[in-house]
Amino acid sequence: MSRIARRFEETRASGRAALIPFVTAGDPAPDVTVPLMHDLVDAGADLLELGVPFSDPMADGPVIQLACERALAHGTGLRHVLEMVREFRQTDTDTPVVLMGYLNPVERMGPEVFVNAAAQAGVDGVLMVDLPPEECEDLAGLLERAGIDPIFLVAPTTSAVRLQHVAAAARGFIYYVSLKGVTGSQSLDPAILGARLEAIRAISDLPLGVGFGIRDAATAAAVAQVADAVVVGSAIVRLAEQHPEAHGQFRAAAAAVVREMRTAMDAARTATPAAV
Amino acid sequence: MSEVKEAVDWAAFPDTRGHFGPYGGRFVAETLMGALDELQAIYEKYMQDPEFLAELDTDFRQFVGRPTPLYHAERLSRELGGAQVYLKREDLDHTGAHKVNNTIGQALLAKRLGKTRIIAETGAGQHGVATATVAARLGLECVVYMGAEDIQRQSPNVYRMRLLGADVVAVQSGSRTLKDALNEAMRDWVTNVDNTFYIIGTVAGPHPYPAMVRDFQSVIGREARAQHLEMTGRLPDALVACVGGGSNAIGLFHPFLGDPSVEMIGVEAGGEGIATGRHSAPLCAGQPGVLHGNRTYLMEDDDGQIVATHSISAGLDYPGVGPEHAWLKDLGRATYVSVTDEQALRAFHRMTRTEGIIPALEPSHAIAHVIDIAPRMRPDQSLVINLSGRGDKDLNTIAKLEGIEL
Ligand SMILES: Cc1ncc(COP(=O)(O)O)c(C=O)c1O
Repeated sequence: MSRIARRFEETRASGRAALIPFVTAGDPAPDVTVPLMHDLVDAGADLLELGVPFSDPMADGPVIQLACERALAHGTGLRHVLEMVREFRQTDTDTPVVLMGYLNPVERMGPEVFVNAAAQAGVDGVLMVDLPPEECEDLAGLLERAGIDPIFLVAPTTSAVRLQHVAAAARGFIYYVSLKGVTGSQSLDPAILGARLEAIRAISDLPLGVGFGIRDAATAAAVAQVADAVVVGSAIVRLAEQHPEAHGQFRAAAAAVVREMRTAMDAARTATPAAV
Repeated sequence: MSEVKEAVDWAAFPDTRGHFGPYGGRFVAETLMGALDELQAIYEKYMQDPEFLAELDTDFRQFVGRPTPLYHAERLSRELGGAQVYLKREDLDHTGAHKVNNTIGQALLAKRLGKTRIIAETGAGQHGVATATVAARLGLECVVYMGAEDIQRQSPNVYRMRLLGADVVAVQSGSRTLKDALNEAMRDWVTNVDNTFYIIGTVAGPHPYPAMVRDFQSVIGREARAQHLEMTGRLPDALVACVGGGSNAIGLFHPFLGDPSVEMIGVEAGGEGIATGRHSAPLCAGQPGVLHGNRTYLMEDDDGQIVATHSISAGLDYPGVGPEHAWLKDLGRATYVSVTDEQALRAFHRMTRTEGIIPALEPSHAIAHVIDIAPRMRPDQSLVINLSGRGDKDLNTIAKLEGIEL
């Protein structure tokens, strides 16, 4: 069983929704990332999403665009991100790590080289924002053979026909993009969300993660009642923007946000177990 | 090369998923996949619809001013002492460049889709002006994304767009040029996909854009082919066009793909010289990768990050290129060369003084290459240059180089 599947079994068994913080690797500086990953786990993260910096992050809002620019100013590229995962794995062999980014750095490294290196480093899932299942057959095959889950997005605009297609290709979990927009957009509406997730559950047994637009603990708690996992990105990355030099303060602030969300999510699930 | 020319059924490309061999395709976030399916369906439907095609043709004639002339540049030809040089006069299109052929077509599709809001990216501002123009005419809301850097160097076009009622948004991210404007337009589209139609300005982007923009621009090559046959009784020996994203080039080339005797040459922006790295020539000096929704040749570093480009002409200042050109290059059906800023400037002045036509800096790159190769050809041979736009928008740039403040 993959680390991702095992982790979702654990969270399901304990009646919790998983919390998945996203941070851009190398932001605000390369040596912050690995200690930050450990901090986030200590604060209550169940899985980690690590953003691979890209010069043209088309699906991201201003917060993550700037994070990419800060990381690239230090030269943090895909090779370094894999090094970071390897370093993280030396002391944490349980927490799944998902790489999230854009295809071109992978193409440049070469899909085979990338997949081998990712597997060796201890990567558990790969989500390429600009790689829909239609274009992914080769890479998805390589990933699966290496024991890495190809993770795909489902959006509010995904038709029923496409949903079948995406669900068939997806492994690990399905990432539901909660709104039409880029990362960091306005808050989502949890009521509409529930109905959409039901439609996906009707055709897939995979856990459902929800991301884009989860800004605060209250929203995280509301989403935790209907989803298997809550992904929080811009709300954390924004803190790196506020503390570009003070790395200790950034790490503490990021951990505090995760802790607050964790508490609110668990309280919401305990209050209404029927929603699970 | 001739083997290739005979073997390929050009009409069969792209395939149904938008691939030109290994290039093209649809590499976008899931949120846009539905909109692209919808666009592909309506584009395929209306390109077969006699009523739509008749409306397009009427607009081409009455609004754009088509057909544009094929002009025999006799004096330049005589001076060069080799092949006869013909100019396809896209500088005479309404708004001053070939871009409007495409915006007219896409706007008619937007109308049929019931979209009320148009967005576009622009570099030199020509595509932005052409989009603002058709939006004004159809009464649609229009937002144009333009790199903050380009807003500085192309201010007359910014003013034209605002006069036409468009909202011009300065893009501050990344390198603040065309590629970043495209990123920002994509982000807008993801957010407003329900009511918004994105008019991409070149043969790049996800499927069906490269095919659709090519089909709208192919009017250039269809006319040029018929005109050249009528004027000389034969086909030209070579076609020469500048390549930014590649829309004016593919528009000229595509109707000739099945004519094996016709050579095709795309001219990229060599900037300060390929060796300096300060250029915009992905086909000459880049490698395949994925950007802006398709697989094609790109300018990137070892880590797969897109690198800054340079060209004296904002319209060629782009790190990618349309996927069909990538494929034609690999097949050897077209060849791609580069011309430096300095060569393009010399060609700009020579065309202006010799033929009384002030070209834009983009097609000045194509002219420079013809000045180079025509003398080595025979007088009974001919070349067609796509004169893709007029030079008015570049007068500030040229004057500044000569130390004159306009
Ligand atoms: C006059 C002119 N020619 C050429 C181009 C380059 O675009 P493309 O390669 O798509 O024709 C531009 C772009 O702005 C332009 O304004």
